[in-house]
Amino acid sequence: MVSCLFCGPKLAACGIVISIWGVIMLAMLGIFFTTHSAVLIDDVPFKEEDMHNDQDPPHNIYKLYNQVGYNCFIAAGIYVLVAALSFCQIKLNHRKEYMVR
Amino acid sequence: MGSLFRSEEMCLTQLFLQSGSAYDCISELGEMGMVEFRDLNPSVNLFQRKFVTELKRCEEMERILGYLLREIKRADIPLPEGEVNPVAPLPKHVLVIMEQLQRLEVELSEVTRNKEKLQKNLLELTEYTHMLRITRNFVHRSAEVGPTYEEFPFLEKDSMMDYSSMQRLGAKLGFISGLIQRRKIEAFERMLWRVCKGYTILSYSEIDEYLEDPDTGEPTKSVVFLISYWGEQIGQKVKKICDCYHCHVYPYPNSNEERNDVVEGLRTRIQDLHTVLHRTEDYLRQVLNKASESVYTWVIQVKKMKAIYHILNLCSFDVTNKCLIAEVWCPVNDLPILRRALEEGSRKSGATVPSFVNRIPSNDTPPTLIRTNKFTSGFQNIVEAYGVGNYREVNPAPYTIITFPFLFAVMFGDLGHGVIMALFALWMVLYEDNRKLKYTRNEIWNTFFEGRYIILMMGLFSVYTGLIYNDCFSKSLNIFGSGWSVNAMFKSGNWTWDSTLRTNAFLTLDPNVPGVFNGPYPLGIDPIWNLASNRLTFLNSYKMKMSVIVGISHMSFGVILGIFNHLHFGKKFNLYLVLLPELLFLLCLFGYLVFMIIYKWLAFSARDSQMAPSILIHFINMFLMQGDGVPPLFPGQVGLQVFLVVIALLSVPVLLLGKPVYLYWLHNGGANRIGMYRGYERVRRHSEEELSLMRANDMEEGSVPSDLSTSREQQKEEFDFGDMFLHQSIHTIEYCLGCISNTASYLRLWALSLAHAREYQHTTSNCILY
Repeated sequence: MVSCLFCGPKLAACGIVISIWGVIMLAMLGIFFTTHSAVLIDDVPFKEEDMHNDQDPPHNIYKLYNQVGYNCFIAAGIYVLVAALSFCQIKLNHRKEYMVR
Repeated sequence: MGSLFRSEEMCLTQLFLQSGSAYDCISELGEMGMVEFRDLNPSVNLFQRKFVTELKRCEEMERILGYLLREIKRADIPLPEGEVNPVAPLPKHVLVIMEQLQRLEVELSEVTRNKEKLQKNLLELTEYTHMLRITRNFVHRSAEVGPTYEEFPFLEKDSMMDYSSMQRLGAKLGFISGLIQRRKIEAFERMLWRVCKGYTILSYSEIDEYLEDPDTGEPTKSVVFLISYWGEQIGQKVKKICDCYHCHVYPYPNSNEERNDVVEGLRTRIQDLHTVLHRTEDYLRQVLNKASESVYTWVIQVKKMKAIYHILNLCSFDVTNKCLIAEVWCPVNDLPILRRALEEGSRKSGATVPSFVNRIPSNDTPPTLIRTNKFTSGFQNIVEAYGVGNYREVNPAPYTIITFPFLFAVMFGDLGHGVIMALFALWMVLYEDNRKLKYTRNEIWNTFFEGRYIILMMGLFSVYTGLIYNDCFSKSLNIFGSGWSVNAMFKSGNWTWDSTLRTNAFLTLDPNVPGVFNGPYPLGIDPIWNLASNRLTFLNSYKMKMSVIVGISHMSFGVILGIFNHLHFGKKFNLYLVLLPELLFLLCLFGYLVFMIIYKWLAFSARDSQMAPSILIHFINMFLMQGDGVPPLFPGQVGLQVFLVVIALLSVPVLLLGKPVYLYWLHNGGANRIGMYRGYERVRRHSEEELSLMRANDMEEGSVPSDLSTSREQQKEEFDFGDMFLHQSIHTIEYCLGCISNTASYLRLWALSLAHAREYQHTTSNCILY
């Protein structure tokens, strides 16, 4: 079976730290976007038409908020995968160390 | 128990050590690590001291250990990482260690030399093999060219110089074969052509594999050459040229059978050599492995021994030559521990007469000792980087435990980043006993690790200031609900849906309209400011004023700390002549600025914010003594400002001249005291002889031989007015300029917190979300 090890121990450790941070931060950002927090208005990609041609005033903007929020959740999910991958690599690295000894 | 407030009280003690137990006692003192030895033989040369031979022995052992360590590292043998702390060995054990080390060194050097010789041999044999192999091709090739070479008999066959045969032109044919480095072959060829002018034929070919150059150890490419020449003199010239170019010349076989024999012999010899080399390397590794187990122990033992002998050199022998006298500075609280250490040392060495301690009075300034634990040592180190305090001065370090992280946090001011920083520091603190973390050689990591408590404090304080600035990853948190309401602008104000909103890009919430501003946010800055375009205008004013207030308070606190010093050293006049002018200068000018800031915050509200005066203009006007043109902050402001400026200006000459003039008056005319001193000096000068007789008497009784140099300082110091005035004027200038410049430099608290927020904002908008 071909060896699944493709990162060294330091890269794997780096990966898992960044993934944990990414999961936590993106999950929280996703929550804040879906609750339509006003502070994040600068990060919602709305255009002039969304402001002016709105039947039910904030709902267009709210839809955009939700979109960005779901994007954040998806990114958090990807980071979970990366975290799992890094964790596997760490385990494989440990095993390789023990076997050589 | 030591305290951080002030450095410890030290006393000068004399140790009387029996010669037999001196070594052990000092070893015990070394393990305790609490005393400082004074050099009692300052005039003695290093080479004339008593324990020079022992020191030389230690250095010899250090040299051997250094060589061992280098060899071990070169062979890539892992060294044990454990913590070893052996006690210094007794003198009788030292010989054993020394002998072991010398034996190891001899063995190692012998084995290494043998290995090098063998490797050189192997290289020669390998080269010879290559040469034989390649020149076979030359001969085969030249055999095809023609039978011309066979007409000429070989030179070597003629053992005797036959004159008749020499006269035959071009009759002697000789061969020289060998190896030369590839980069020299062209020059070699050209030189041969120029010198021998066509009487030689050079054929050469490169060897494919890299051979190790014996001098440099690097793999180089070599070229096998074969020179055939006519005539003996040409032969000599060719040999000389080969020598010049550092060729490795090997004998050229005359016939094919000879060549094959030589090749066979070479092959077996090479195989043998390989085996022998392998065995040698194994043996070397074995020796180094065994040495590596105890190398670190030896290193520490030798170091401790060297330190003990160095200290023994600082002691002096008493008249009877039976005991050593040492003078040490010891903390008063540690005297019982010192006594116990001496008893332990005496017991270990089995001496009958115990060594003892005697406290002696001294006028010298003792060294400054401040006891720290792992938490406070970081802060103490930062403070000592600016200078170590004098004996018994107030220690500024305990206050830096709070102010340093707090001022950092004011500049850092981000809740999210503070949490990350605190977590990182917490991880380091919790795992501080982990050997791998403690003993890495990486310098940058060591810096972070040593300061782990400082970083933890900075992180925790940053969480607090992040809450105050309401800044978490440069976004505000709305925990309590904003105090501003936009709805009220529509209800009570004059905003309308169609005209106001559609025609204006920016709208201003007016706090004077009822219902818009519902009171300040309970903790920190209102989160609505994150959505405001004039956020920076508001924050800049707030942060700059806060920086000035923090700065003035910090500086006044520092000046006030000086009270403890003046009171402790009994110089009460310093309180009135130095501290009071300093405080007045600082507070009249900058304290008044702080007062104006706070007054403006309290006295003016949103209602009259249009008429609120600029503090900066008032402050400038204060110095220019102009009161008109701007409405005053409060009635009587102009008069008060003039008064304050006058007081501040008057305090400068008091600071400059007060202390020197007062001390001068004290020394030269003050109340009868000087007359008394003068008389005392006269009496003392006449009785110098008597004093020296007294001193000799004391020495025989075995006490106080040490204060010879300090007795002269027991007289009242000669008062140098010029010196004192210069010192005080430097202090005055430094203080006044420092007040102004340091106050301004506290504005970095504002500048850095501004930069931090903007940096992170740009980072997030550029990297994370898109």
